[in-house]
Amino acid sequence: MKTPILSLVSDRRKLLKGAAAMGALQVASPFVIPVRAVDNIKMGMVDPLTGVYAAPAGNEVTGAKLAVEQINAKGGILGRQVELLVEDSANDVGTGVQKARKLIERDNVNFIIGDVNSGIAAAIAQVTAEKKILHVVSGGHTDTITGKDCHWNVYRVCNTTRMEANSVSDLLYNKYGKKWHFITPDYAFGHTLYDACAANLKKLGGTVTGNELTPLGTTDFSAYLIKARAANPDVLLLLVQGSDMINCLKQIVQFGLDKQIHVAGTQQELESLAGLPPEARIGIWMFEWYWKQPGVPHVAEFVAEIRKRNDGKVPTARHWFGYASAMTFALVANQQKSLDAVKLAQALSDFELPPEVKLQPNKVYYRNGDHQLMTSAFVGEAVSKGKDDPEDLFKVDSVVPGDKTAPPVADTGCTLKWPA
Amino acid sequence: MSGEQTRKLVVLAVIWLALLLAPYWMAPLGGYTALATRVLVLGLAAMSVNFLLGFTGVLSFGHAAYFGLGAYGTGLALKFLTTSTPVSLVLGMLLGGVAGALLGALIVRRRGVYFAMVTIAFGQVFYYIAFQWSSLTGGDDGLRGFSRQPLDFGLFQIDILSNTNYFYYFVLFCFALAVSAMGIILRSPFGRAMIAIRENERRARFLGIPVERHIWIAFTLSCFFMGLAGALYALVNNFADPKGLHYSQSGDFVMMAVMGGMRSFWGPLLGAVVFVVLQDYLSSVTINWMSFVGLLFVLVVLFFPRGLLGFVRSKITA
Amino acid sequence: MTQLLLFNVTNGLIIGAFYVLMALGLSLILNLSNVINFAHGGFLVIGGYIAYTITPYVGFWGALLIAPPLTALIGLAVERVLIRPLYGRDPLYSLLLTFGLAFIIEDGTRFIWGAQGKPVTVPAFLAQPISSDFFFITGYRLFMVLAVVLAVALLFVLLRFTRLGMRIRAGTLDLETVAALGINVRMLRSLNFAVGIFLAGLSGVLAAGQLGLEPTMGTGLLMPSFIAIIVGGVGSLTGTLLGGLLIGVASGLTAMFFPAASEAIMYVLMAVVLLVRPRGLLGEEGMMT
Repeated sequence: MKTPILSLVSDRRKLLKGAAAMGALQVASPFVIPVRAVDNIKMGMVDPLTGVYAAPAGNEVTGAKLAVEQINAKGGILGRQVELLVEDSANDVGTGVQKARKLIERDNVNFIIGDVNSGIAAAIAQVTAEKKILHVVSGGHTDTITGKDCHWNVYRVCNTTRMEANSVSDLLYNKYGKKWHFITPDYAFGHTLYDACAANLKKLGGTVTGNELTPLGTTDFSAYLIKARAANPDVLLLLVQGSDMINCLKQIVQFGLDKQIHVAGTQQELESLAGLPPEARIGIWMFEWYWKQPGVPHVAEFVAEIRKRNDGKVPTARHWFGYASAMTFALVANQQKSLDAVKLAQALSDFELPPEVKLQPNKVYYRNGDHQLMTSAFVGEAVSKGKDDPEDLFKVDSVVPGDKTAPPVADTGCTLKWPA
Repeated sequence: MSGEQTRKLVVLAVIWLALLLAPYWMAPLGGYTALATRVLVLGLAAMSVNFLLGFTGVLSFGHAAYFGLGAYGTGLALKFLTTSTPVSLVLGMLLGGVAGALLGALIVRRRGVYFAMVTIAFGQVFYYIAFQWSSLTGGDDGLRGFSRQPLDFGLFQIDILSNTNYFYYFVLFCFALAVSAMGIILRSPFGRAMIAIRENERRARFLGIPVERHIWIAFTLSCFFMGLAGALYALVNNFADPKGLHYSQSGDFVMMAVMGGMRSFWGPLLGAVVFVVLQDYLSSVTINWMSFVGLLFVLVVLFFPRGLLGFVRSKITA
Repeated sequence: MTQLLLFNVTNGLIIGAFYVLMALGLSLILNLSNVINFAHGGFLVIGGYIAYTITPYVGFWGALLIAPPLTALIGLAVERVLIRPLYGRDPLYSLLLTFGLAFIIEDGTRFIWGAQGKPVTVPAFLAQPISSDFFFITGYRLFMVLAVVLAVALLFVLLRFTRLGMRIRAGTLDLETVAALGINVRMLRSLNFAVGIFLAGLSGVLAAGQLGLEPTMGTGLLMPSFIAIIVGGVGSLTGTLLGGLLIGVASGLTAMFFPAASEAIMYVLMAVVLLVRPRGLLGEEGMMT
């Protein structure tokens, strides 16, 4: 009985040491920094590839990678090939800022994309403004990025919370009623989204029956749902996102609340709908981009290309964010025949995206005054089971152009200061 | 001078030389100055934890709270109170230190697991305050809108805002001040008493050492150093966020201390170097860097509990 | 108003029941082996994902029966290889090791199953409320409470009436004497760890039905478990039971009046208990100081 234990001990040590050695080998071999082809143009991308936003971040990266492939196939930027350098911000500001500096100082990138996390996006924007690097925020929604914290070198692809609120407010009021109850995630994104919705509701003549502020990462919404039910609203608006959205919707349906109150919200994502059991896929929402757009040019090709790189799954809005961000750089640099950040930033004002990049019916352009992309809102209803395609979980009712949902520049609080 | 003392002096000289010349030898190795600055700041934090852990034998797993408080203190100071970077640093350090003094008084009677859990509890309370009091702290989005200001000496300015190298040397200077203070304290009779408490608390008590008071003072001092590290961190990022207060951040600091060698003075700095550089490098190379870092934790605990320096020392003496 | 209060208290008890399940597993491991298992949340996640993977073949009930023992087996392997060397050492080391282990588990599950959350469906007859007034008591939540009650009852039966249980209880009080009496302490620790992980795996399966299943879900559920143990008293399983229910109710009530603090209240409670009555509600003096 003794000997097996002894050999087990030494075997265990050997096993662990072997594992460590193999791990070290995998990691050590490229330690000698590969001589980066000096000729290449480098695009840096900082996204939280680990942590709670790993799924949308990964999708953004996939979209950007496709864009870079296509750019290179067409000859690159100014005749030079493009390299995409992806860094993990790990959903931590310090890490995000450090990676941004690494990309700029050590790797000499010409462009930066990032971050899904609004806080990190804003922190990186400070670095890129300091270093005069053109920066497109792909997926961070906080309004201040194209609002009171706007920078001359920062552009944003995804919607602001005001745009999202404006896209659905009228519809919900007319269709469902005037008493709204909110479940709001307790951070800046949630607060501004709620403020926008509440302001719209007031203008329309409705009332807010209550606002449940839920801490981020809440798993059990029962206490809030109890209160919501007691307030007897016409509509229950869920402003929470990601796993919070999934948990909340699941519980609403399990409690049978959806049979008593209409359920709706603003931003919804395919990632969340896919993570829900079919019976919980309900409600009226807006998507920032949707893959099924019959009759709109180039969309089907994009979907097919992403499917090849995404285990056969269709692209989500996040894929499109990454794609459009990377494409933006190529388009404007090739048009201006320059890599100068200031020149390109100026050229991007009122820059319109061509059909093969905008992948939606309306006119899509970066607005002059705040650098916000006027991208459309796809308003519609969640579907529990896709009709022709298991991933067609959203029925689009209308596609509202960005400049109709966006507040006027004067209201955003953005004043751009261009370098001398 | 004895051989032992010469050796120590040589080691010290090597360390400081390496730190002073870091911006120059890092670049050819694929490093970058901002990385060195980050290593310094986190190294100081790890050394502050070790001040308590390695030298007094007290495990605080919620020490990041004071780190975070230092960061917010500096951020708020720069945002609302002053345009002087050094003043904001002092204010940040004070916030962390005073909080440590107050909380330390409450918990010095506990030991072991209880002490660790209380420190986690308090740390998390601060985390939630920072998270919820968003009108002041910016909540989950973090505290923004401030940045380190160029140092104004009247006759000339040192631009630590845009010049990465200048900022590195500024941080190194603060680091040197803190580390010297730490060294002096450890060498003093108070420091000796701390080590006595670590070795055998009961005996120290019998010797008449007021154990609780010493632990409280050690706790407070380490919180001041921690606050300074946090203040510097806010300057590195021009940002302060709740994550800096979270217990997982504490875990990282403790890990650095253990990895480098808890019983030695410079061990935690070495641990910080390895940890930060490895994490920075690994996360660029593979998306599964978390597994590697976790594996590192496991390997260090199982095979190198005395840390790298402890391992090296045992090889030397063997 | 009273109805709202009643609802919230009942709701808090349901939430608390879940915390109890997690916390008991943690408590078992802590009491006997002095190991602070920061990876407990990770084992919860493993349990959930195993259930998700085998459900298409064995259905929900099959997964409920099979996933926890499988998770326990994994726990057994982990204990044998990684944790055993740490007994007798400063608890700092087991804390750090399990901390690193939690990283590995999170990354590993993300690597195997992807970062995208997985939809888990519970049997239809459970997924509805028992009455329209008590809408928040769904069949599933009731089932969860029943499962917890059953598990707790079985645990207490195990501890009270079996030889293994007696040895665990004795070992918690004085492991040295137990060893001196000729009991194989190594195996005792392993089995104890396995039971604790079984409870974690079971929590994972139950949680998957209620929450979205994803690699990061374990971390948020870990801290309440620790708090339950501290509040209830280290060394006392009944204390852990009470502690879990208490923090569940506290959280539920706070959500009613001051939702922003509904998570922080648990930490405040823990801090208060530690300062005023450090051994916890039902703990024994000197267990951990």
